[in-house]
Amino acid sequence: MAVDTLKPTLADKDAVLAGLPDHPALKAVLAWNPQALIDAKLDRGELTLTIAPEEICAAVAAVQAAGYNAFDDMTAVDWFPSSPRFQLSYHLSSHSFKERIRLRTLVDEANPAVESITSLWPAANYYEREVFDLFGIRFENHPNLRRIMMPDEWEGHPLRKDYPVEGYR
Amino acid sequence: MTETIGTPILEVPVAEGAKDQHMVLNMGPQHPSTHGVLRLVLEIDGEIVVRIYPEIGYLHTGIEKTCEAKFYQQVVPLTDRVDYLNPMANNLCYALAVEKLLSLEIPEKGQWLRVLLAELTRLNSHLIWLGTHAMDIGALTVFLYTFREREEILRMFEALAGQRMMTSYIRIGGVSMEPPLDFFARVQAFIKTFPEKIDEYSNLLTGNPIFRNRLKGVGYLSADDAVAFGVTGPPLRASGVDFDLRRDMPYSGYEKFQFKVPTSTVGDCWARYEVRLVEMRESVKIIQQALDGMPEGAVNADAPKILLPDREKMKTQMEALIHHFKIVTEGFAVPAGEVYQAIESGHGQVGYYVVSDGTAKPYRVHMRYPGFTTLQALETMCKGRMLADVVAVVGSIDIVLGEIDR
Repeated sequence: MAVDTLKPTLADKDAVLAGLPDHPALKAVLAWNPQALIDAKLDRGELTLTIAPEEICAAVAAVQAAGYNAFDDMTAVDWFPSSPRFQLSYHLSSHSFKERIRLRTLVDEANPAVESITSLWPAANYYEREVFDLFGIRFENHPNLRRIMMPDEWEGHPLRKDYPVEGYR
Repeated sequence: MTETIGTPILEVPVAEGAKDQHMVLNMGPQHPSTHGVLRLVLEIDGEIVVRIYPEIGYLHTGIEKTCEAKFYQQVVPLTDRVDYLNPMANNLCYALAVEKLLSLEIPEKGQWLRVLLAELTRLNSHLIWLGTHAMDIGALTVFLYTFREREEILRMFEALAGQRMMTSYIRIGGVSMEPPLDFFARVQAFIKTFPEKIDEYSNLLTGNPIFRNRLKGVGYLSADDAVAFGVTGPPLRASGVDFDLRRDMPYSGYEKFQFKVPTSTVGDCWARYEVRLVEMRESVKIIQQALDGMPEGAVNADAPKILLPDREKMKTQMEALIHHFKIVTEGFAVPAGEVYQAIESGHGQVGYYVVSDGTAKPYRVHMRYPGFTTLQALETMCKGRMLADVVAVVGSIDIVLGEIDR
């Protein structure tokens, strides 16, 4: 079955905390730092935990230690013109629980920077370079934060919503 | 540079003071063994690889940005062009992601047909890998044999979708049209003889001393490294991690099929070769089960506002004409939300992250492709080995540059 329609939607943090008391990732985050968990949502069978931006690397470490051993994906969404502008989504899965979660953090436009998770997962290296290249979000302590898709001398960040898609640049 | 480079397999006699002089060599972007436009900047000490810096982006087309300007249904043809050797898997992953957003369920026959096509595509992808990988090593004949079978798969795709490679057959809510009447008989005839063909490839390669020596013990990747670098698919299973999304996080009805997930604990290029050969045999079993148990009924979901109506209905029914006009001109609105859908393609985990803001165009589509991630493990696999081994390792991880650069 492609779509699990039977799974209920838990719209906010309180509902998720009440509805999923035994979820390993949720337990790990709460045991690590309950203040850093800003919001949580279970929608279409996917659990999303919103974390404070300055804590994202530590949150990923806590979830990794709880058994989410595989890094699936990491990318950004530009919510221009609302503020905070950028959303970073980390998809992490567990080979033993056979389950995937999403960690999400919102980053301000003024100084878009978060801590790199390459020390936890070398796999994140290219993904963070891609987000840096196409969105202009910096990752502190990244070993090699260069453009990856666009030429090195390129100006601007093409996946931003205010990047011109036609006409002369 | 004074870096220790592990234990080289050959001690090259060097003159006094020459050990510090590493050479930088550009391999690609036009090198035939890089399967496209991969550029590897190699730091070599004599013939021994010290470091590898992959430079990618030569094929970057901004396809994720293009998706944001299209209606949901118009993104389907774009997905074909990402990993152009694996079209149905791309279509399937995107369709499943959008169906998850829409909470749309596909009839059982549609799901089984999709599984059948996904497995045919896996065979297609593995056949290209086997042919080109053997060709990189120097065994030219296998390429001709695998492309003979691939040709039949492409002809079946052409009969099915009207296109050999860019099929766009799997659509949101089902497939683009009913398969032709003789399609299942053709697939049956193909898979009846296919296991013999796998034996044929195996006879050409498995006992071949050159092929064995070029692959055995080359490109070792430990299970821990494989997980840390995000390696998925056959290279992950060849390193001893028993994980397959088809079995462990099933989608599109895979939980109803019986198949084995081949693994190996050796972790070298040879293990990846063996794992893929067994995977082809397992794919044949899945296709046989799909043919035997193909349910009756409709292929497409009953969703007139999402799927284009039949041509016949459109000409005779007012409603169908309105729906057709609306879908083509305005698209269809998708409820706001975000989903990540992952499937097991021939190369590994393909993932689509689709964010909707409630309009008819996706707010953001992110494509996670296995080659992009696996490429990061290349340096670990090649470090301290000979330059010629890079060719074998690049072939064994089965990269397609379209999916890496997007």
